[in-house]
Amino acid sequence: MRTSKTKAQSPKSNSAAPQSVASASAKGAAVILELRLYVAGQTPKSLIALRNLKKICDEHLQGRYRLHVIDLVKTPQLAQDDQILAIPTLVRNLPQPIRKIIGDLSDTQRVLVGLNLRPQANPRES
Amino acid sequence: MKKAPTGIAGFDEVTGGGLPAGRPTIVCGGPGCGKTMFAMEFLVRGATDFNEPGVLMTFEETGEEMTRNVESLGFNLQTLVGKKKLFLDYVRIEPSEIQETGEYDLEGLFIRLQHAVDSIGAKRVVLDTLEAVFSGFANEGMLRAEIRRLFRWLKDRKLTTVVTAERGEGALTRHGLEEYVSDCVISLDHRVNDQISTRRMRIVKYRGSAHGTDEYPFLIDNKGFSVLPLSGIHLDHKVSAERVSSGMKDLDVMLEGKGFFKGSSVLVSGTSGSGKSTLAAHFANQTCVNGKRALYVAFEESAAQVTRNMRSVGIDLGRHIRKNLLHFCAWRPTQHGLEMHLLRIHDLVEKFNPAVVIIDPITNLISANIHEVHGMLMRLLDFLKERQITAMFVTLTANQGAEEQTEVGISSLTDTWILLRDVELNGERNRCLYVLKSRGMAHSNQIREFVLSRNGVRLLPAYIGAGTVYTGSARLAQEARERAAAVVEEQHLENQRKQISRKRQLLESQIAVLRSELLEGHAAFERLSQQQKKRQGLLAEEHAAMGKIRGLSSADKAVTS
Repeated sequence: MRTSKTKAQSPKSNSAAPQSVASASAKGAAVILELRLYVAGQTPKSLIALRNLKKICDEHLQGRYRLHVIDLVKTPQLAQDDQILAIPTLVRNLPQPIRKIIGDLSDTQRVLVGLNLRPQANPRES
Repeated sequence: MKKAPTGIAGFDEVTGGGLPAGRPTIVCGGPGCGKTMFAMEFLVRGATDFNEPGVLMTFEETGEEMTRNVESLGFNLQTLVGKKKLFLDYVRIEPSEIQETGEYDLEGLFIRLQHAVDSIGAKRVVLDTLEAVFSGFANEGMLRAEIRRLFRWLKDRKLTTVVTAERGEGALTRHGLEEYVSDCVISLDHRVNDQISTRRMRIVKYRGSAHGTDEYPFLIDNKGFSVLPLSGIHLDHKVSAERVSSGMKDLDVMLEGKGFFKGSSVLVSGTSGSGKSTLAAHFANQTCVNGKRALYVAFEESAAQVTRNMRSVGIDLGRHIRKNLLHFCAWRPTQHGLEMHLLRIHDLVEKFNPAVVIIDPITNLISANIHEVHGMLMRLLDFLKERQITAMFVTLTANQGAEEQTEVGISSLTDTWILLRDVELNGERNRCLYVLKSRGMAHSNQIREFVLSRNGVRLLPAYIGAGTVYTGSARLAQEARERAAAVVEEQHLENQRKQISRKRQLLESQIAVLRSELLEGHAAFERLSQQQKKRQGLLAEEHAAMGKIRGLSSADKAVTS
C-alpha cells in the first residue's frame, strides 16, 4: 500500500493544508495515514462505518493509508490499550498526534476534518 | 436483602451489613468529599477481607495516580493487581482529540468492563467518576440511554457497584445519575466550621433496607475511611448496679457511701483552679489501685505535668503508667476536628480496653457549635456505655454566671454531675463541692468544702448559717467561736451546780435542826404525860388510903371514883 504520491493527491495541500501533513510533505517524506477502525462485532453501525470509511479512503486517500479493522469482541484487551470507549471509533495513529473519530462516519467532511485533511476553524464545532 | 460488606469501619453498622449486593450504589458529593476513598476502600476491603475481586474503572485519574493516592491508606493496589484481586482500567477521555461523525454508542465501555470482570472473576465494580463521559461526548441522549443500559448490565451480572458522582446544583448529582440508580444513594459532605473541617455521610436512600438517616460524621485517616455510627439507633444499654469508688472516701459517702455506678457517666464541672483535675486524678488512681485500666485523655496538660502536679496531693500516677494500667494521651484540642478526636478515643478504647475513661477537659473541644459537641458526646457516651466503661468528663465553666445554664447541653447526657465551686470570702478563696445530680441513687444534697492537702483530698462539712457557707479560715474562726462558747457554757453550768449544792447543804442542815427540835418536843410531851400518869397514880393511891382510913365500903369507892 505504500506510495509516495502523497502531495499530488492531497486535496488543497498547497494552500491551507493542515500542518502535520503539510510539514511532512514539505520534507518530502511519504505520509501514510495509519488508520484503525474499532468495531464490536458485525453490528449495523459498524458495517455502515466501514462502508463509509472505505468510500472516503478511496476518494481522498488513495494509496496513502493503511487500515486495520479491529473487532473488540475478539480482542477486548485492545479496548483498554487503545482507550476505546465509543463504537465505532476510527483512530488515526499516524501521523501524530492521535486523532479519534467516533460514529458511523456518515459525515464525510467531518471525517476529513477529523483526520486533519481539511482546514477547519473549530474542531469541536457541532 | 443480601448485602455486600464494605469493610469500612462503622458503615456496615449504619447500613445493617453494607451495600446492596449485586446492585449499583451512587456515592455523591462535592470535590474532595471522599467519594473516591470510599469507593477504593470498598474495593480493596472486598478484595482483601471478603474475597471479592474488584474492577476499578477510573475516568479522571490514571491507575498510577490512584495507586499513589491510596498508598497513604496502606493500600497496595499493584500487589492486588498482581494477585488478580484487582483490575485497574483508566478510561481516558480527551474531548479535543475526538470528532463525532454520526451515530455511535459506548459499547467499548461494556467490552472493557466485561473483559475486566472476566479476567479476575470480579464481584465488585467501581466507576470513578462515570459522569466524566458527559464531558467527552456531545450526544447526551445517547449517553443517557447507554448509562441506563450500563446499570441494567451491572445488575444482570450481579456486580456490586459503586458509582461516584459530583454533586450538582440543587440535585444530588450533576447529571442526574441518581435517576438511574434506585437502590442506594449515599451523599458525602465536607464542610468547614470555625476553621475545622467536618466530613459527613448520609444515606439518602437504601431501597429495601432499614438504615440510619442521620448525617454521620466520618473521617479519612491513615487507616482509611471510618464512619462513626456510634449513636446506635436504639437506646438499650446494659445497666449495672455495680458501683465504683470515686477514689475519695468523702465523695463516696456523698454517693450513698458506694461511689458511681459502673458504666455511668460523670460530669465534673467547675471554674478554673477548683480542683477538677485533682478529682479526676483521684478517680484514675483508684481505678488503677483496683487493678483496672484507665484511659486519661488530657487536652490541656502533658502526661508529665499531670503526674508531677498530682504528686503534690499525694497521688503517684507514674507507677500506674509504668504498670500500663494508666494510659495517658495528651492532645491539642485544635489538632483535629471533633470526629478525629472521637475516633482516636475510640481506637484507644478498642486497643487499651479500659474500665474508666477520663477526658480532661471536654470544654476545649467545644467551639461555637454546641450541637456538634453534643452529638459527639452522645456518640462517645453510647459507645462507652455499651462497653460498661465509666466515663468522667471534666468541663471548665466560666467564672461568672450560672454554671448550671452553660452546660445544659452536656449535663443532660451525663448520669452524675459534680459541681466544684469557688467561694470567695474573707480575702480568701475556697473550694466547695456538691453533687448536683446522680441518677439512680440517694446522693447527698450537702455542700462540702473541698480541701486539697499533701495527703489527698478531703471533703469537710461546711458551716452553714444565715445563708452563708463558712469555709477556710472563716470556718476555722467559726469553730473557735463555737469552742469558746462551749467553755463559757461549761463554766456557767459548773457555777449553777455549785450554787445548788450549797443551797442543798444549807437546807439539809436546817432540816436537821428542825428534826431535832421536833424530837425534843416529842420527848417533852412524853415526859409530861408520864408525869401526869404518875400524879394520877399517886392520887388514886391517896384516895384508896383515905378510904381505908374512913372505912368506906368498896361500893362507895366506885361512886367516889
